[in-house]
Amino acid sequence: MPAIAHTVKQVVAKYGGDATRLMDVLIDVQAELGCLSHVTAARIADVLGIPQVDVEQTASFYHFFAREPRGKFAVYLNDSVVAEFCGRAEVAAAFEDAAGCKFGAVSADGVVGLFHTACIGMSDQEPAALVNGQVFPKLTPEKARALVVGMRAGKTIEELKGDRFGDGQNAHPEVRALVHNHVRRRGVMVFDHYRPGEALAKVVKMSSGEVIAAVKAASVRGRGGAGFPTGMKWDFARRAAGDVKYVFCNADEGEPGTFKDRVILTERPQMVIEGMAIAAYAVGARRGVLYVRHEYLYLRAYLEHVLADLRAQGLLGTAIGGLAGFDFDVSLQFGGGAYVCGEESALIESAEGKRGEPRDRPPFPVEKGYLQKPTVVNNVETLCSAVQVLLKGPEWYNRLGTEKSKGTKVLCVSGDCDRPGIYEVEWGFSVNDILREAGARDVQAVQVGGPSGSCIGPDEFNRVLAYEDLATGGSFIVVGKHRDLLKDVVLNFARFFREESCGSCVPCRALTGMAQVVLERLVAGQGTAEDVERLRAWQKIMRNNRCGLGQTALNPIVTTIQNFRPLYDARLAAGDPRFVPSFDLAAAVQDYDAAVGKG
Amino acid sequence: MASFVRFTLDGKTCLAEEGAQLVAAAREAGVYIPTLCNYPGIPPKGACRICTVLVNGIPQTACTTKVVEDMNVATTTPELEAFRRSVVEILFAEGNHLCPSCERSGNCELQALAYRYRVTVSNFPYLFPKRDVEAWHPKLVKDHNRCIQCKRCIRGIHNAAGHAIFAFGKRGDKVVINIDPDTSKDIDDELAQRAMDICPVGAILRKGKGFDVPIGRRTYDRAPIGSEVRP
Ligand code: SF4
Ligand code: FES
Repeated sequence: MPAIAHTVKQVVAKYGGDATRLMDVLIDVQAELGCLSHVTAARIADVLGIPQVDVEQTASFYHFFAREPRGKFAVYLNDSVVAEFCGRAEVAAAFEDAAGCKFGAVSADGVVGLFHTACIGMSDQEPAALVNGQVFPKLTPEKARALVVGMRAGKTIEELKGDRFGDGQNAHPEVRALVHNHVRRRGVMVFDHYRPGEALAKVVKMSSGEVIAAVKAASVRGRGGAGFPTGMKWDFARRAAGDVKYVFCNADEGEPGTFKDRVILTERPQMVIEGMAIAAYAVGARRGVLYVRHEYLYLRAYLEHVLADLRAQGLLGTAIGGLAGFDFDVSLQFGGGAYVCGEESALIESAEGKRGEPRDRPPFPVEKGYLQKPTVVNNVETLCSAVQVLLKGPEWYNRLGTEKSKGTKVLCVSGDCDRPGIYEVEWGFSVNDILREAGARDVQAVQVGGPSGSCIGPDEFNRVLAYEDLATGGSFIVVGKHRDLLKDVVLNFARFFREESCGSCVPCRALTGMAQVVLERLVAGQGTAEDVERLRAWQKIMRNNRCGLGQTALNPIVTTIQNFRPLYDARLAAGDPRFVPSFDLAAAVQDYDAAVGKG
Repeated sequence: MASFVRFTLDGKTCLAEEGAQLVAAAREAGVYIPTLCNYPGIPPKGACRICTVLVNGIPQTACTTKVVEDMNVATTTPELEAFRRSVVEILFAEGNHLCPSCERSGNCELQALAYRYRVTVSNFPYLFPKRDVEAWHPKLVKDHNRCIQCKRCIRGIHNAAGHAIFAFGKRGDKVVINIDPDTSKDIDDELAQRAMDICPVGAILRKGKGFDVPIGRRTYDRAPIGSEVRP
């Protein structure tokens, strides 16, 4: 108890007793105490001067906030589609066997806790797990056993990691991660030559209007998937009333199969932050927040170091680029494990210390965002594009891509292929092009844009990646012919959405679960044609949910019904699409009849 | 000094105060838009989605929409009505709603909407979730089986010091309404009654009080929901 009181007091003081910093408080307290018990939550509430239920509602919303001890080593093994492809089941069995406990529990000696988690952004090196926040990629049953043995032998997390760090900045002294970048194709936007500050030096000679005009002229569109014109967003924020404004970078990539932000934040963090500074200059903001998903906490010290470096170089802080009055600084905000926080208004709620529930719109964040002030939220890749546009000009930018989609796209290729990893391509590449480069053969399907995108078959592989054809936030999962598409892929995604719904909208909260129930029945061969139609009809209901998560949550099911109907038909009960559920009344009441002496 | 704006409601031109909530403005104009999570006087949160209407052709929740000049609103297309019926049916299948044994029968908005849409059975898979009944609180009973997570209690009930008493816990299909033991400690009978009244269903009950009006003579037993709204 004194330990709890002491830790809570210290951590809360670190954040100035500010209840809007609840996420930071929870993350730091959990790091110290191992979990956030109800006693701890009550203590935090007390010191912050808010009701305990308010602490509980945030603490219980996020997947990585544990309410009970998780063991000295908390193993979060990814259970995404790609992880399963790569042999997760065997690794999980090895962990359970070695630890002597099941997933969802802690070993009797309190050393190992085993937990499931959704995609952790390592689809290019699965199966992977987070252990006390550190990444252990490419696991095998042997490695899993060895890890548990090491944990029991009293090794530290650093000793468990060893020193065979990944390439590039993964080996940076502040990162020391076993993660590999796997940048397979370097494009001109993100992974080309880059020197921090060059773009800002040009920007400070321009007016804010000129900066926005350049971004508009280049028709930069949001890279998160929705494709909203970036220049327009900046313009709205610039015109919004109020002198306090914010720039947010959304690095909360949670779409299964996506890992570009991880690589960009490892190799090009300066570029992302420079992009934020440019946005700040354009809209008149003095504070920025880089919101990073909880899974990338291992980059925390490194990103702090990068920020300090940029401050020292005069690229953050006061009088940026030597321009008096251009003051802007960025702080880090980590999430707690919630896919829905990738939605910009949910991300803002989370940064305010609340549950990551999307807001009703209007008002949009550019009018009323973080702390009710005008806020620009941009994707990591979008900000990189803005830097290049300012550096090389809109004409250069507009020469890349297709008629309606300019610039490049960073793709995260994973699944059944020889070379999973990062491919930065111009918009307009076809699915076939990517498959060839990635070394994919015998492909049954590609999940483009992650589960919220669409699942397409070979007859559509000539389609191109572009806002006007196949829009994508970056996830590109290859599914081989040998996979059971419905069971291994679609069902996994259905479970994912059920777990990630924030629970606010009725259709999203209930139908994600109901869809899983019906799909399980179909996969088990007990479904009917009526069930298939029903799932399709539910999509219409889901369209009226508040946010993109709820609106697209049935996409994995609906797009496979559309493109792979025979797979469903083949599983219908009695193998007959006309099968109508019924039951044999006489058989059902047989024992009753016998008891009452009938028949 | 409110300014008035002209807008179109189901083809009819109407006048409303600029910025008025669409649900309220429609009600004034004699058009009933079904609601569940909305409650007059507390900030809206488009949670149940049942009030979805078409604003200039785009689906939007009427409780979170403010009336602006020239807005064109359609409140009752066959698709919208089908959607509303689905929301009611989904709620019945999602929780455990046993009207005949519920204290709130006849005063329940969910039940009343089910009558309105003539729902006899839900077309959605019944989940029969295992949920608790909490009776530890000196003044309140929380029957989670009946909760439709509308958040009306969260948004509308605060103690004398202005602190929240209710809040969500968890997320997705596991969300649950929690009662703060501390901030709810000293609530008086009046606030307990208000908590019960603000709940659209029978998920919050006030302890220690019988029921004045017998089933059969309650609000929606006498007249269907929405029938008080007349052009
Ligand atoms: S659609 Fe789903 S995730 Fe989005 S706000 Fe509604 S309940 Fe939450
Ligand atoms: S009443 Fe409008 S969303 Fe519930």
